[in-house]
Amino acid sequence: MNIPGNLFYTKDHEWARMEGKIAYIGITDYAAHSLGDITFVELPKKDEQLEQSKHCATVESVKAASDVYAPLSGKVLTVNTQLVTNPELINQSPYEKGYFFSMEFSKETEKAKLMDALSYQKYLEGISA
Amino acid sequence: MNYIPHTKQEENQMLSAIGVSSIDDLFSCIPHQLRPKSFNIPSGKSEFEVLEYLKNLSQKNATHLLDFVGGGFYDHYIPAAVDVLAGRSEFYTAYTPYQPECAQGWLQAIYEYQTVICALTGLDVSNASLYDGGTALYEAAMMAVRITGRKKIIVDSGVSLIYRTMLYAYTSNLSIEFVETPVAHGQSCREDIYKQLNDQTAAVIVQNPNFFGAVDDFSDIIQRVHHCGALAIASVYPVSLGILKSPGEMGFDIATGEGQSLGIPLSFGGPYLGFIAVKKEYLRQMPGRIVGATVDKDNQRGFVLTLQAREQHIRRERATSNICSNEALCALRALIYTSLLGKNGFVELANLNYQKAEFAKVVLEKVKGVTVKRSAPTFNEFTVCLPKNADEVVGKMIDKGFACGFPLGRFYKGMDNYLLVAVTEKRTKEEVVHFANSLEASLCS
Repeated sequence: MNIPGNLFYTKDHEWARMEGKIAYIGITDYAAHSLGDITFVELPKKDEQLEQSKHCATVESVKAASDVYAPLSGKVLTVNTQLVTNPELINQSPYEKGYFFSMEFSKETEKAKLMDALSYQKYLEGISA
Repeated sequence: MNYIPHTKQEENQMLSAIGVSSIDDLFSCIPHQLRPKSFNIPSGKSEFEVLEYLKNLSQKNATHLLDFVGGGFYDHYIPAAVDVLAGRSEFYTAYTPYQPECAQGWLQAIYEYQTVICALTGLDVSNASLYDGGTALYEAAMMAVRITGRKKIIVDSGVSLIYRTMLYAYTSNLSIEFVETPVAHGQSCREDIYKQLNDQTAAVIVQNPNFFGAVDDFSDIIQRVHHCGALAIASVYPVSLGILKSPGEMGFDIATGEGQSLGIPLSFGGPYLGFIAVKKEYLRQMPGRIVGATVDKDNQRGFVLTLQAREQHIRRERATSNICSNEALCALRALIYTSLLGKNGFVELANLNYQKAEFAKVVLEKVKGVTVKRSAPTFNEFTVCLPKNADEVVGKMIDKGFACGFPLGRFYKGMDNYLLVAVTEKRTKEEVVHFANSLEASLCS
């Protein structure tokens, strides 16, 4: 399972890549793998205000629809519209081409609630154990 | 099928399994004053006696009246083949088509029904049907709320009061704001709609033809609605689409309607047929079943329920709607009816309705004291002004053998003298003339 060291993770299997005040958001390799072939994704709108741990997107695979929760609070800057026509990018490249959106995060302190790669890996081991 | 009642022993077994001491205990949640004192069923009647009794009851229905009533439900001719085909046990007794491997016939029928609805409405996708015109309009309104994230809905008062009442009842526990805009000279007041339109508006809902029978081209309104980021929703009368500009052509995002006029008999309380069709971009927010075409492992064409991730059994509380069924048999009737007519036949049907109504206008105008409202074009239904209370006239006309129309005072304040008259292809020239003569006599007496 691919867990890049430079990202932060949630227990719901979202990841965040922080670049200054901006964070890129997606779902992890583990999540994409568990869902199977993703057929559709419902993304937030540009400028939408997100709240940490609240619903921000939905992914559909052939037999399930799952909610995605915002890892951080803040305003949506750009949305990866590629996913609307090519949702399979989430399966193929969950951390790069399959990112969901970028956001300007507003609360520095919220980072403390996220896991680093090592903690997330241990968390996954706990799930599979 | 045999009727095999439970034995007392089996009943006791079942009761003890769920830990209840008597069958009465199962109903303990119903307060005593709300329970029936008696069902008053006489015992020991013969089959013959029961049939006679029911026959006498049914004869109390005034089924002989010449029907000029519309108001959303219309007396169209239904070819005998509709009953015969829709009554075939392959359709009539089949369970809901979850399993494509044993339900290809039904799935194909629903797929074709969806195709018919798309062709009629000029929109991209239809679902497998909904309960009736009112629930379909409610589902459309909720789609707009979900899509826009807004909670204000503008409803034209030319939308049937039945539908408006349903909209308000279904949303009474949701914080959705409805604003009604007036109709003047039969048509939607543009300026009143524009005054209400803003960045909080989820949708504007209109009806075509509206409840007064007036036909409109809503293209101008729709343009403004879209400019505000809201959705345009129309409730339409499907038979009128044989000759009228379709909702898709006007630019509507969602079209709904009552499908009763497509081969389903008039009956008090249904079952009727709701249809909904939407632009492709809103497909994911459309409620209910959708049947799609696909290929099997041998590359042969087949049909399946598709896009089920929107539905309740998968998405649970975040499903697009609590609708998880459809009006399959009524949708099948609509499919058979429209297939029997064909495209040309359907256009001819719509033309006949239009022309007979126009003929009736000319004949009724000659009745002393009667004026036909001509401020807006109509399809097969129009408003007339009588010199007397329309409710009373309706009563007198029943004695003469006519269901002469819908008294508009029942739905609209200050319209006590107005009567809504519908003329379908079933009404002959002679019947229309006879109708006018009887109306004249009723007005004199």
